[in-house]
Amino acid sequence: MFDLDLWREIFQSIIKNRTRGLLSGFTVAFAISLFTILFGIANGLENTFDQFFVQTADNALYVYSGRTSKPYKGLQVDRSVFLYNKDIDYIKNEFKDKIEYITPKISRNFQVSWSNKKGSYFILGVQPDAQHIEKVKIKDGRFVNLNDVKNHNKVIAIGRLIEEDLFGKESALGQYINAEGINYKVVGVFTDNGGDSQERLAYVPVTTIQHIYLSKDFIEEINITYNKKMSSDEALTFGSDLTKKMKQRKDVAPTDQRAIRVNNMALQTKGIETMTWGLRVLIFIIGLGTLIAGIVGISNIMIFIVKERTKEIGIRKALGASPRSIVSIILMESVLVTALAGYIGLLIGIGVLEWVGPSLKDYFITDPQVHPNIVISATLILIMAGTLAGFLPAKRASKIKPIIALRDG
Amino acid sequence: MLEIRDLHKSYPIGDSHLHVLKGIDLSVEDGEMVAIMGSSGSGKSTLLNIIGMLDHADSGEYILDGLPIKDLTEKKAALYRNKFLGFIFQSFNLINYKNALENVALPLYYQGMKRKERQEKALFHLGKVGLTDWAHHLPKELSGGQNQRVAIARALAANPKLLLADEPTGALDMNTSYEIMEFIQQLNDEGKTILMVTHEDDIAHMCKRIVRLRDGVIMEDTKIDQVRAKKHV
Repeated sequence: MFDLDLWREIFQSIIKNRTRGLLSGFTVAFAISLFTILFGIANGLENTFDQFFVQTADNALYVYSGRTSKPYKGLQVDRSVFLYNKDIDYIKNEFKDKIEYITPKISRNFQVSWSNKKGSYFILGVQPDAQHIEKVKIKDGRFVNLNDVKNHNKVIAIGRLIEEDLFGKESALGQYINAEGINYKVVGVFTDNGGDSQERLAYVPVTTIQHIYLSKDFIEEINITYNKKMSSDEALTFGSDLTKKMKQRKDVAPTDQRAIRVNNMALQTKGIETMTWGLRVLIFIIGLGTLIAGIVGISNIMIFIVKERTKEIGIRKALGASPRSIVSIILMESVLVTALAGYIGLLIGIGVLEWVGPSLKDYFITDPQVHPNIVISATLILIMAGTLAGFLPAKRASKIKPIIALRDG
Repeated sequence: MLEIRDLHKSYPIGDSHLHVLKGIDLSVEDGEMVAIMGSSGSGKSTLLNIIGMLDHADSGEYILDGLPIKDLTEKKAALYRNKFLGFIFQSFNLINYKNALENVALPLYYQGMKRKERQEKALFHLGKVGLTDWAHHLPKELSGGQNQRVAIARALAANPKLLLADEPTGALDMNTSYEIMEFIQQLNDEGKTILMVTHEDDIAHMCKRIVRLRDGVIMEDTKIDQVRAKKHV
């Protein structure tokens, strides 16, 4: 039931006792804004993490080749080791269902133009599996397919930002773009959550690049994602097996660290998992810490407020106030002040995050934000704490005999 | 109006008890104006607090206007206080952030009266104590005498059967004291029953009856010829 008179009493009490309201309001607003800011920053750190590693699949494995650093089987040091298309088939056969996706990769930095617009972009020669390894999302059209690879088709799937750069608002689909004198038909436009640089890439069939620019079917690197069902330890074993087999196949010394290199993300994934976990614990401690500080603050203030109002309570009781009305007037006031202050704290916190957020990118903090629900829950917890902390003294005050409360002094 | 029989009250002090009221018998008729006197520690304030339902007796009977006052819950005591009693304190006990009008209207708020009606009534009672022009002033902007008049208006607002005054002139200078007493006498003339604790002889003699307490018992209970305060003002 809405009791206008009760609310009038409460509002008058708040407005006429500004210091009291400001004091408790400040504590709550401060705690909530601090909570929001710290939580936001911690979230920002986690966002950076996520973004950093979302660029490619976290179960990825990269195989590179280089020059040998050791003589082996009568072969010289400093011999160039190359990877070929048939190495892909070999790995597929050797490891079968341990492999989820596999693609060769050749990258070239080309001048690309359409109409009178042009730009310099990385063009990657790949097989269709690259779509899944690179976590590319097709917006229009399709990705490079097996047919393209088989027939060396001059087709290209471009990133959203290349389309934007060259075509503006028009659709690139079906148009021909020119890369170093060769025309490619745009068969697809894709988006990528890995950031702007990932959306300024373009993919073509690996065979097309090999056919046009290379005499043999060289490839620069092999990208693999391993079966996600494997544990990180199994994935590490898979990585070392792969390294061993590739070294054997290429006549490279088992101890040669340069000729065949395998970069296994499983190693990093393990580290990231620990770090993310640590970050979560940190966020939790920060949140809990600020909340506890807020709870202690508001509790103290409530006890102080009740003490300060003892005489007023005595007067009201002598005039016929029931104990219940005494408790409710004190608690309603505190709930109102806490809720309002919590809201202000939320606005301040979010405001600060919005304001300094963009400039924190240099400090590995991306898009620091807090879900309003978390802050609202925090405010609710503070309101509850304030109510609880105020309830006991208020209850006791409502039981005080008016004569004691009114004792002259 | 008021009937008290064999009232006892003691307070615990450490392990022992301090027996403050040792069997009080007192009966007050409608329209009386009684001064309760006694040195400090005689139990006069305790008696007033029990009559005012601010404290309760250990044993004995207390009947107010035919209603036995016994084993009251806090809620019931609050209700009775609001309905039957008006309080005037030595230190006025006004709520400092409420203006005169709001202070006077407060007991009416606890009666559940509508705001408009409350304010009209409060203004009427403020008028009776001559403070219409000061209705919107805070207690700190008023003199001691004016504050006590606000307190009197507040005590009257709920139209109580019995007015209880605890050293109503204790914090005031002589002239103001007489002014306040004049108001209180006027109320008594209009038929209000008044019970007052005081230790000042001249104030006590402005009542119609003096009850002297010593060591928790009534020593003397005499009707007197009332001295009119007006003569002194």
